[in-house]
Amino acid sequence: MTIMESRWEGNLEELRGLVSDRAMTGETMVLNMGPQHPSTHGVLRLMLELDGETIINCVPDIGYLHTGIEKNMEAKKYEQAITMTDRTDYLNPMGNNFAFCLAIEKLIDLDVPIRAQYLRVILAELTRINSHLVWLGTHALDIGAMSVFLYCFREREKLLDIFEIVSGQRMMSTYFRPGGLWRDVPDEFEPAVRDFLGYFPAKIDDYEKLLSNNPLWLDRTQGIGFISTEDAIRLGCSGPTLRGSDVNWDIRKALPYSSYDHFEFDVPLGKHGDVYDRYVIRMEEMRQSLHIVQQALDRLPGGPTRSNNRKYVPPPRAELGQSMEAVIHHFKLWTEGFRPPKGEVYVRLESPRGELGCFLASDGSPRPWRVRFRTPSFVHLSVLPHMSQGYMIADLVGIIGSIDIVLGDCDR
Amino acid sequence: MTETGPVEMLHAAFPDTIQDVQTFRGDVTVVVDAAQIAKVCTHCRDTKGLDYNFLSDVTGIDYFPQEPRFGVAYHLYSMIHNHSLRLKVLLPGDAPEVQSVTPVFPAANWQEREIFDLLGITFTGHPDLRRILMPQGWDGHPLRKDYPLGYETVQFSFNYDDVDKHKPYAKE
Repeated sequence: MTIMESRWEGNLEELRGLVSDRAMTGETMVLNMGPQHPSTHGVLRLMLELDGETIINCVPDIGYLHTGIEKNMEAKKYEQAITMTDRTDYLNPMGNNFAFCLAIEKLIDLDVPIRAQYLRVILAELTRINSHLVWLGTHALDIGAMSVFLYCFREREKLLDIFEIVSGQRMMSTYFRPGGLWRDVPDEFEPAVRDFLGYFPAKIDDYEKLLSNNPLWLDRTQGIGFISTEDAIRLGCSGPTLRGSDVNWDIRKALPYSSYDHFEFDVPLGKHGDVYDRYVIRMEEMRQSLHIVQQALDRLPGGPTRSNNRKYVPPPRAELGQSMEAVIHHFKLWTEGFRPPKGEVYVRLESPRGELGCFLASDGSPRPWRVRFRTPSFVHLSVLPHMSQGYMIADLVGIIGSIDIVLGDCDR
Repeated sequence: MTETGPVEMLHAAFPDTIQDVQTFRGDVTVVVDAAQIAKVCTHCRDTKGLDYNFLSDVTGIDYFPQEPRFGVAYHLYSMIHNHSLRLKVLLPGDAPEVQSVTPVFPAANWQEREIFDLLGITFTGHPDLRRILMPQGWDGHPLRKDYPLGYETVQFSFNYDDVDKHKPYAKE
């Protein structure tokens, strides 16, 4: 047995407790997988203990993408810190902005105009589709279906174009701000989204035609990565991973935020808790997201897209030439930042991967005292050993794909 | 959503353990005795009417230079009653140590490891308390408030050893 380039310094004694005693005698093999492995969705390293091809133990080793975002945010003013949130979960940038902005808004009890709430819902749902497209493409690629990957990324371009229309950036948008949005959406936004709404449903059908009844796909996804209802709750699963095990818990329904209760949508549930059920759920979620976007766009109200509370939200540029007070507020906000009251809040929202929580502690200064992101990838990765024990090593990439991890989200 | 029901139930069950109850923007925080946290968590999970079956998050906070310096917050959620509750323990700055709740809520496993790694709080009874985000040989705990961010103190001859002690590089 050799353990190459181990962060455990290759000392067998240090592995005791992580792998079974059989590995100590060389009866089972300890194999390193990653961190530069194409099917681990980033820099994930797994240490596998194998008996033949069967996984006895799986020990994830993370931290390769740890960039100290939470620590960095403590040194920045609230408005500056938003840019850091995009970079945690890079497939769900708007969702991370969303979580941080909701936490700030809860902390200072800031109002968000209804138009901004609706636009946030539209963009969060488009981001969900964007994230699910990358998930589907890479998941299928891991299992051997090359063409799905290309189609998914083709459709994703359209979404990135929409993000570019609203924010000027394809990925790191920083479009959500405390009290609303950076600016109102431009005129091109609505036609672009309507175009996508008309274009995309047929594409989901295409993906399903390629995969859902494909015997290879069924063989590789059904009956593996099983997790029971009780274990899913106990181990902290959320989002599609939890709903695949038949638990009806969607934060958009249970604890509606940002007017999600104004829209009708279904929460798809799985029965078997395996990789295939999680696939079916995410496919259906894309349809439901389209449904939400359609409703929000049809009923999109007029009005401002940012709160009028000048103590926390900078005045519009047009006011600066006319109002002394606006100049003072502008100056104060951009030099000093705003000072929320002292307190601690926790908000949770439904990210494409599951429960994204943001804990924000303020000491009354313009910089957050402590920001903590409870990220679904981190928790789901801790469940991976439980899900993969007893399955074949070839199934492991399918199981990793089914929990839809993003290492940036996990390591922060 | 009022949270008085669950808090009163907790008060009745643990009259001496609960040190403080705070409500801020609808978030209820129950500060409990650090020695009793596993017991309180078990009670929250198993008692009918509380049913906090889901542990969302475990967070560590450094209140430096206040004393007690550290806080650990547990965000519980009940899928049955749609209730949230934050339990919190306060720990001293010197050798902070608290019971692990991993035996009660296995979801806490990695989250406690992360707090151990980044804040240096020890969780007794944790099955696998190792560093998780930082390299195994790392010195110091980056999320502590007295840990420098990005820059390093300039070392002069008069304070070389003093600065070297808390320099953020991995020591062999």
